[in-house]
Amino acid sequence: MASGQQWVLVEMVQAFYEAPAYHLILEGILILWIIRLLFSKTYKLQETNKLTEKEKEELIEEWQPDPLVPLVSKDHPSLSYDIVTGPPSHKIIINGKECINFASFNFLGLLDNDRVKQKALTSLKTYGVGTCGPRGFYGTFDVHLELESRLAKFMKTEEAIIYSYGFATIASAIPAYSKRGDIVFVDEAACFSIQKGLQASRSVIKYFKHNDMEDLDRLLKEQQLEDHKNPRKAKVTRRFIVVEGLYMNTADICPLPELVKMKYKYKVRIFLEESLSFGVLGEHGRGVTEHFGVNIDDIDLISANMENAIASIGGFCCGRSFVIDHQRLSGQGYCFSASLPPMLAAAAIEALDIMEEDPEIFTVLREKCTSVYHALQGTPGLKLVGVPLSPSLHLQLERSSGSRDTDQRTLRRIVDYCLEREVALTIARYLEKEERYLPPPTIRVLVTVEQTDEEIQKAVSCIKEAALAVIS
Amino acid sequence: MVRTSTMVLNGNLTVQMNQTILQNGKQRKNGHVNGEKRTNFPAAKGVSCRQYSPESFEQAPMYVAVLTYLGFGIVTLFGYFRDFLRAVGLEKCHLAQEREEQKEFVPMYQDFENFYTRNLYMRVRDNWNRPICSLPGPAFDLMERVSDDYNWTFRLTGKTIENVINMGSYNYLGFAENNEDFLKTVADKTLQYGVGVCSSRQEVGNLSSHEELERLVADFLGVESAMTFGMGFATNSMNIPALVSKGCLILSDELNHTSLILGARLSGATIRVFKHNNMHSLEKLLREAVCSGQPRTHRPWRKILIMVEGIYSMEGSVARLPEIVALKKKYKAYLYLDEAHSIGAVGPTGRGVTELFRLNPADVDVMMGTFTKSFGASGGYIAGNKELVNYLRSHSHCAVYATAMCPPVVEQIVRAMKCIMGVDGNTVGIQRIRQLAENTRYFRSRLKEMGFIIYGNDSSPVVPILLYMPGKVVAFSRAMLARKIGVVVVGFPATPITEARARFCLSAAHTRAMLDKVLHHLNEVGDDLCLKFSRRKISPRPSLFNETDFELDS
Repeated sequence: MASGQQWVLVEMVQAFYEAPAYHLILEGILILWIIRLLFSKTYKLQETNKLTEKEKEELIEEWQPDPLVPLVSKDHPSLSYDIVTGPPSHKIIINGKECINFASFNFLGLLDNDRVKQKALTSLKTYGVGTCGPRGFYGTFDVHLELESRLAKFMKTEEAIIYSYGFATIASAIPAYSKRGDIVFVDEAACFSIQKGLQASRSVIKYFKHNDMEDLDRLLKEQQLEDHKNPRKAKVTRRFIVVEGLYMNTADICPLPELVKMKYKYKVRIFLEESLSFGVLGEHGRGVTEHFGVNIDDIDLISANMENAIASIGGFCCGRSFVIDHQRLSGQGYCFSASLPPMLAAAAIEALDIMEEDPEIFTVLREKCTSVYHALQGTPGLKLVGVPLSPSLHLQLERSSGSRDTDQRTLRRIVDYCLEREVALTIARYLEKEERYLPPPTIRVLVTVEQTDEEIQKAVSCIKEAALAVIS
Repeated sequence: MVRTSTMVLNGNLTVQMNQTILQNGKQRKNGHVNGEKRTNFPAAKGVSCRQYSPESFEQAPMYVAVLTYLGFGIVTLFGYFRDFLRAVGLEKCHLAQEREEQKEFVPMYQDFENFYTRNLYMRVRDNWNRPICSLPGPAFDLMERVSDDYNWTFRLTGKTIENVINMGSYNYLGFAENNEDFLKTVADKTLQYGVGVCSSRQEVGNLSSHEELERLVADFLGVESAMTFGMGFATNSMNIPALVSKGCLILSDELNHTSLILGARLSGATIRVFKHNNMHSLEKLLREAVCSGQPRTHRPWRKILIMVEGIYSMEGSVARLPEIVALKKKYKAYLYLDEAHSIGAVGPTGRGVTELFRLNPADVDVMMGTFTKSFGASGGYIAGNKELVNYLRSHSHCAVYATAMCPPVVEQIVRAMKCIMGVDGNTVGIQRIRQLAENTRYFRSRLKEMGFIIYGNDSSPVVPILLYMPGKVVAFSRAMLARKIGVVVVGFPATPITEARARFCLSAAHTRAMLDKVLHHLNEVGDDLCLKFSRRKISPRPSLFNETDFELDS
């Protein structure tokens, strides 16, 4: 065996000697080539593509960013604000002119209420102004706990949680529950804070036509079909319907009983934004659930702010503890923001007291709303948008000129005309490029219990006069 | 590293800055320097580098990290065990349950989502959300609460624990006060205006007092113009989307506050994160961004916005502003500075980090801050040049959709700010700023002497003491409360898992006696619980502390 192997080796060496030189050279080159291929990098292309330091410097030198903000022209309609001197209560002084206030969300007139002021003052003397900390770090005051339990009691729910700013309430509440991959069905007319909450949640968002239950039904059915295709995914996809009680943008009421039926039919949870309806609708001001007589436990989460009817600052969510408690660790605006100044919470408690003591106030408000609603019908050139029960109505141009700017200016002229005659109104403001479904330009007409019948008469005739003068 | 120094040389940086950038080469995860001190040098042009503000992030011994993980491991195992017991019905579940009618719905929460809350947080949650029933001043009264079911529910006993020293509130300048003379104007405003506004700024919520406040803020900060908003959190989350949008790049410090992150996310801009206060990391990102443009399309970025905080509230570190300004100038980026914790609290006259580093406020494009902390009120501001503020007035989400700031709060801010500025010749404000600086220096150096590992800048009134292990965090907080000292402790997920800490916020209203009491107890508790992890040799106590104590008038 060994000798045989040796023989082969000898033969090889011999063959090596006998082979022609060109052959050996060729083989040698091939071997070297293989070695080179083995050790060289595969992608040489990129290397040549890489920028040299000098080129980088040039690029840096060359790059010109956009200005931080575009220049705003001096006559931009929303640049110069109307200046209000003095409290914006029943009477309001706008740009030096005292007017009857039809422009503030002070529905129950609690802004100017002495009891509320005194309560805030007492609180100020004990607690100072700021809380100097978030709820978790010594920013929970006895006043906050009291307000939370009072709100829960008022709304007849298990638990309530307060936020220090109205806008942040629903905007924080939605992303606390709805995460990436979950599905939210939302009304097209939903207000801006809902839109921001949805955006922060990164969920799949499906818009249905405003108050159109058939459209919602269609979307839910589509989703059901989708679920049948992928039952495993469907098992972990949470779904929510987000609606407003009384819509900020359209001044009408959501069809809550039908929504609740849908909820159980398709197993979707309902989040209800009641910033306008809380303290307005219902016999005791509990909002749209009371208005329709819907069991409040059927609504998974209700959120509202305390900046309209309550006339303080802040917002709250209420519902079952199973739902609400989750926000104490997951609501960003709750955990990471300083808590509500105690004096504002104290004022809200007093406002709740007043609402509980005298539910008559809601009847008065309803009557005023209805009378304003009926009186404003038939304003020349203007269409009244909303329902009779809504204290926040919109006046929209009957015939749009086609240009939003022109419409806006026309409406502004009407507002100015009324301001001259001591009736304060305001244009409803929107960020035109940010809104998902931009509402048409409108004048806001806000009804409060403080307005007397004569004042309402005066305002209505003033608006009609203005419309006649400006539009025709 | 050589490349780094050539990179910055044609910026207007000084040689010192190159050194600091080179030092960053030693940096480890989370931007913590191993071992020795990290040093900041201001690099502003024409300013002498007298200001010297060392920052330290000492690393704990190895065994600490091992024990910390072990601790978490044990409680997690126990958590699984108890979940098992609950599943088989041997242990009662105290959590609120879903209604019977909705059991068929897709579960509201995934089981694992709440594992941490259910099994770890529940055991220790008596250390947070402690309700108080007095002013959040230098000392406060806590409402005593007990739990009969291991923290699942709490019951208020109706008793109060009085005079607990408050080391948790952000009351830096002591403006959380209820002295009737000081609050007279605030009380007047309350009586005149009530507490709400019931409208947004763009509609009819723009009170003349808002405009007055905004002029004052601009004046205070030394910038052209300012705008104020009703909530500090919302100031960030609702204004950043107005400034940047798709096609823009945000470079954000990894430890930025949630409100900044939320604002960045809502804006639709691309977000990239750089290591905490790490200039090397920031420059690398900037350079890459400018050179390679947007991903996929390779179009150049429309603009680049660097977002940093003045003082980081969990770290106690101060943004390395001179270097950031130099970088932003070189790469033509814009700078968004969140001074929530630093405004009023640092700088010789309380003007924040720009003053601390003697920079021109005009070098910072967007100056943001809040009124919650140093001013003892609520709300926030954004200040800068006239174009910026005009744009925000017409395009800020806050101005259009959110209720304006309420008048008593406006008055509180005006009062506090005027006091700090010494408008009517008073010196109370400046005394408080000095007192805070003095307290900070005293407290920090005593802690170092005792052998605690503390993080952050020597001039930062936020003082985190590292406790590391989850068990110690809880024991520490309870032990301190038993000694009538209210502290804030934070752990995972607010901090990295191995870096749980207690955070002390100093206030000008703390007297030397209070601080001494706190330090005395800290020393004892530190020994009891073995919290003194530092391995540094501390030089004998320097003679910086003179015994003259600035007492506040209030």
